Amino acid sequence: MWKWLHPYAEPQRAYRLAGKFIPWLSILAILMLLTGTTWGMVFSPTDYQQGDSYRIIFVHVPAASMSMSAYIGMAIAAFIGLVWQIKLADWMAASIAPIGAVITFIALVTGSTWGKPMWGTWWVWDARLTSELVLLFLYLGVISLYASFEDKVLAARAAGILSIVGVINIPIIKYSVDWWNSLHQGSIKMTGKTAMPPDMLVPLVINILGFGVMIGALSLIRFRSEILARNGMRPWVRELALAEGAK
Amino acid sequence: MNARRKKRLVLASTLVVGVAVVASLLLYALNSNLNLFYTPSEIVNGKVDTGVKPKVGDRIRIGGMVTEGSLVRDPKSLHISFAVHDAAGGQVTVTYDDLLPDLFREGQGVVAQGVLVGPGQLEATEVLAKHDENYMPPEVAAAMGQDHQKMQYTEEQKAGG
Repeated sequence: MWKWLHPYAEPQRAYRLAGKFIPWLSILAILMLLTGTTWGMVFSPTDYQQGDSYRIIFVHVPAASMSMSAYIGMAIAAFIGLVWQIKLADWMAASIAPIGAVITFIALVTGSTWGKPMWGTWWVWDARLTSELVLLFLYLGVISLYASFEDKVLAARAAGILSIVGVINIPIIKYSVDWWNSLHQGSIKMTGKTAMPPDMLVPLVINILGFGVMIGALSLIRFRSEILARNGMRPWVRELALAEGAK
Repeated sequence: MNARRKKRLVLASTLVVGVAVVASLLLYALNSNLNLFYTPSEIVNGKVDTGVKPKVGDRIRIGGMVTEGSLVRDPKSLHISFAVHDAAGGQVTVTYDDLLPDLFREGQGVVAQGVLVGPGQLEATEVLAKHDENYMPPEVAAAMGQDHQKMQYTEEQKAGG
């Protein structure tokens, strides 16, 4: 059933295939982020309570929501790598981790800058903020575990187990505002009577998807470098390096 | 699927399920301790699940809605007092002596940290505004009868604070 996939598990083909996707994903990400951000920052109406300050939502919510999606992506790759021992999946997981960490950091920083003028504080140890901070630490743990072993098969196994264990944090982040009372407001309602007005919701969704595509493109770029780094001794990589003018 | 892969699949799946079970039990046990604040009803009647009731002199956070018409301000200083209530009917009076966040107003959410000085009496050292997830343009809010008046301070109040 999965036989057709097997050729793509070969590093050289994966490298080429990723190379084909990168320009398209990059262009798509730039277009979406430009549209969503301009629309949100300039054309969306102000909020009745928060005025223009709420506009940080167009960065904060996409970053926060995609920091979780990226983690799930990384954990799935790590699971595949662990069970089927496909090295490419391990490398993919290792490529996503630093990008996820940066996105999580962006979510925390934008949240903090939004919290100061609106709530009156940079930080409060409520369930939502704390669990998102734990997500950053999980990403950092995965990155450092993968970096601390010379043997990358072992490194991927250690980092993979941590990423799989850490998945439990994702539903906690997501539902923290429903399960416990917190300073952080609930999730944005996409549908229903009290749904966000389309003038705000559409650019927000465009930016959320844009962040997703951007993370995809960046991960593929790192994925390609990871393939090269792990296959430095292979003839095809040497040929590639020679063709690019290496000495 | 060969035997070794199957074994790894079972191991990895057990890991996921095991961690999920442990985490659920942990969160279940911790449950109400993970709340950021007491609601006014919990201060009056105790927590629903454990019956824990904060004592006078405890340093706690309370969260709820600022009761409409309960705001009393000293014209000469920043001293302010207001009532915080929740849907379950509890009410607590909060006194505070500093600048309030911009979003603070009657009928809206607030989280106050301070010392319980008497039954249903909180002397706050920090008051934070809690807003909800309903974002809307001002026209829509006006049509729904919600509007927002920012707190105004006189020169005397600023000097007295």
